[in-house]
Amino acid sequence: MKMDIYEPFQQVGMWGDSFKVDGGLNSIASPMLMVDTTVENKSEYIPQESREVSGADQETTNKDVIKMRRRLAQNREAARKSRLRKKAYVKQLESSRTKLLQLELEIGKARKQSLYMGTALDGSYIGSTSETINPGIVAFEIEYGQWVEEQQRRNEELRHAFQTQAPDVQLNVVIQSVLNHYSNLFRMKADAAKADVLYLLSGVWKASVERIFLWIGGSRPSQLLNIIVPQLEPLTDQQIVGIEKLCLSSQQAEDALSQGLEKLQQSLVHDMAVDPSGVGNFGLQMALAMDKFEALEGFVNQADHLRQETLLHMSRILSTHQAARGLLALGEYFHRLRTLCSLWSSRPCELA
Amino acid sequence: MHYQAAASWGSYVTPRNAVVGDPLERIERLASENAVVIFSMSTCCMCHAIKRLFCGMGVNPTVHELDEDPRGKDLERALMRLLGSSSVVPVVFIGGKLVGTMDRVMACHINGTLVPLLKEAGALWL
Repeated sequence: MKMDIYEPFQQVGMWGDSFKVDGGLNSIASPMLMVDTTVENKSEYIPQESREVSGADQETTNKDVIKMRRRLAQNREAARKSRLRKKAYVKQLESSRTKLLQLELEIGKARKQSLYMGTALDGSYIGSTSETINPGIVAFEIEYGQWVEEQQRRNEELRHAFQTQAPDVQLNVVIQSVLNHYSNLFRMKADAAKADVLYLLSGVWKASVERIFLWIGGSRPSQLLNIIVPQLEPLTDQQIVGIEKLCLSSQQAEDALSQGLEKLQQSLVHDMAVDPSGVGNFGLQMALAMDKFEALEGFVNQADHLRQETLLHMSRILSTHQAARGLLALGEYFHRLRTLCSLWSSRPCELA
Repeated sequence: MHYQAAASWGSYVTPRNAVVGDPLERIERLASENAVVIFSMSTCCMCHAIKRLFCGMGVNPTVHELDEDPRGKDLERALMRLLGSSSVVPVVFIGGKLVGTMDRVMACHINGTLVPLLKEAGALWL
């Protein structure tokens, strides 16, 4: 009978050791396994207690020892389970935190998109207090919308003067106002580039169809010439030579800027490269990259400068009549691109 | 189309500065050594663009990288005074005469005055 009493004690000791080894009850093959050691299930021990016999003193001592050891085992198990629960809780917190950061990023992105692409007169975002709004860009968005409308009006004026065969003097006035209007655009773009050059380079502010032809924040000067030149017949021999030279020089200038920009992009990639040894000055890397963005601004400005000079020189080569025709064709071309864009975006979507 | 005529260089050199190794004198000297001289910085991508422009036209410019010159800082300061602006590179001299920075060179190329200038300096034959 004594043996029956003392065996379990030894096994309790083993139990405690096994907890330290792998924390699992599965490794112990023992009748005690059948007993749930949580505090709530004390009742299962009772039958064993009732099995105790021998002298009253020994009985009391044995009971106390049994109780104590049982309690210790229960505490250990409770502590273990508490640690496991805490671990699980922390893991859940961490993954929720990551998810939260991701969602915040997405919201920021979506907000930026809707801000930058929203209609100019939508007041709902102008009043927003988010710190990601760039006032320079908001201003550009609004001004560009107005610029496009004004462009339409000036083109209509040009067409009217052309069709009514207005005298050259009058035609020249309208031509000059159209050229000035383009200058206004380049000035606006320079301000926008200062505010956020990446925004300007992305072309999100342009109609989506126009973005197909994007070159450093706008159209290629050679493309502008391709639109205008076919409209200019008949040309004098001198004009033909002049236009050929202009086409060549604008192409060469374009290529030079493209190559310079490519070098900038390569150096940016190089700056951002992650050092495999893990040793690197993250702050310095970021600072170098930011400097490169300033250099980007220079390229956008030079590209716009090229566009402007090309238009100006073209108008100098041409007669008043030809210049009017050329600018009309240019304005009409962009108007059609924007119309095409509206048609495209309002086309019925195919149902899957 | 403006250039700095060689004679007007003198107005920049005060008697106090008229010593050998004066940066402006050095610039003038370097600019006269070749038909097309570009002052540049090796890290500047706009400088790369202007080099590509000239090479694309078949011109072989002489390039002085200011960041690789031991007295580059002095030259840079002198150019700043000459141009009256803080952005000095790239700056181009043709036939020893100052043409200007990227803006100027681009405008000259588009309006057709760059090629004659290059031919005159002997940098282009056609």
